[in-house]
Parts: sequence; structure tokens; C-alpha cells
Amino acid sequence: MKTNDVILKTVTKVVVFIILTMAVYLFFSGHYSPGGGFIGGLVLASAIVLMYLAAGIEIVHKGMPFDFKIIAAIGVLLATGTGFASVLFGQDFLTQAAIAVHFPLIGEKELASVVLFEAGVTLTVVGVVVTIILNISEGGE
Amino acid sequence: MTEKILILSLVLFSITIIVALFRIIRGPSMPDRVVALDMIGVTLLSMIAIVSILLKTKAFLEVILILGILSFIGTIAFSKYLERGKIIERKSDS
Repeated sequence: MKTNDVILKTVTKVVVFIILTMAVYLFFSGHYSPGGGFIGGLVLASAIVLMYLAAGIEIVHKGMPFDFKIIAAIGVLLATGTGFASVLFGQDFLTQAAIAVHFPLIGEKELASVVLFEAGVTLTVVGVVVTIILNISEGGE
Repeated sequence: MTEKILILSLVLFSITIIVALFRIIRGPSMPDRVVALDMIGVTLLSMIAIVSILLKTKAFLEVILILGILSFIGTIAFSKYLERGKIIERKSDS
């Protein structure tokens, strides 16, 4: 039976970018409003899962040739690395710092090192969720 | 007055969820249950919007968007399972 899912593929092409924008917004808004690394990573992983649903494993791997286990490992390395960076400055483990920086267009913004820790959490969540879903969907490696 | 209207609409949405729950329990076929689950997702999303108006907070607006995304992806996954038997294919056949 020849299946025809052109509506699903066309809708996915539009909706994936909306979901990715939502993930980036949730990641960056975690400091002052609901959001953060964990839920941003989950939404990012759901966008990737939607691409897998619409296109199949091989096509997505052709455009996005990552090994998601390595992405999870990079995330854990980043999270623990920000913890050890404070040890190098003579502080306790996982001490976070923030500085106020004046940007040319958007004015005074606060740059915190928690963002790097949250980026580690996000990469770990994306790697773990996508690895689990690919392995239980009889695709696997 | 506004609060009474909002609570009334919450009650009506609850009745909608109960009716959809009847379709989930008694539904003769699997697609009936999937459509009822999707409808419960949308109704729950509206109830969260009304609750966030009642509590006068903006903290639930992300929840509405995320629930919409998850309900969409869940319905697509269910319908691909019902149509083809597997959710994620190794190779697309188009």
C-alpha cells in the first residue's frame, strides 16, 4: 500500500521551527520566569521526536548526524565543568557568579554562569530522551 | 460577575471532559479513543487558561503552549501507530 503523508510532512516543516523557538525561549527565561534547562531540553527533544515521526530515522540522521549518547556526555561534562571552574577561582564547588554587562543595543543585561550549567542540563536531557526513544522504537543504532 | 462567568465555564469544560471520558471508556474502536484524548487535551488547555485568569497570574502561559505541543505529538504518534503498526520507521518510503 502506497502511503501518502504529505500533510504531515508539510505541517512538520512549519511546526518544528515553532517548537524550537519555544525551547530556546524556555531555556533563556528560566532565571526570572517559569522555564529552565530541564523543560527546555524536553521541548527540544519533542521537536526532534516530531522530525523522527514525520521523516524516518535515516533522513533525520542525514541532516543531523549526531550521536545522542555523546551529546548527553557533553552535557554532563559541561555541568560538572562549570562546577569545577569555581574551584579554580578558589571558591567552593558549584559556586555561581553573575556580572552585569552593557550591550550596545539591548542595554544592561546580567550574564550568569548558571546559564552554562543549564546548557549542560539541557544537552543531557536531549541526549537521554532521544536515545531512549530511538532505542525502544526498534530503530536503535 | 466575571468570576462567576469563569467558574461557570470551568464547570462546562468539566462536563465536556466527562463526556469525552465516556467516549474513551465505551469507544468501540481505537480511533474514537484517540480523538477523545486529543479533545481532552484541548479542553484541559482551555481550563488552564481560565484558571490562570482566575488566579491573576501569567505563570501558566508556558504550560498552555507545552500542553498543546505534547497533545499534538501524542496524537500524531498514536495515529501513526494505528495506521502502520510502528511509530518511527527506519527508512521513509516516499
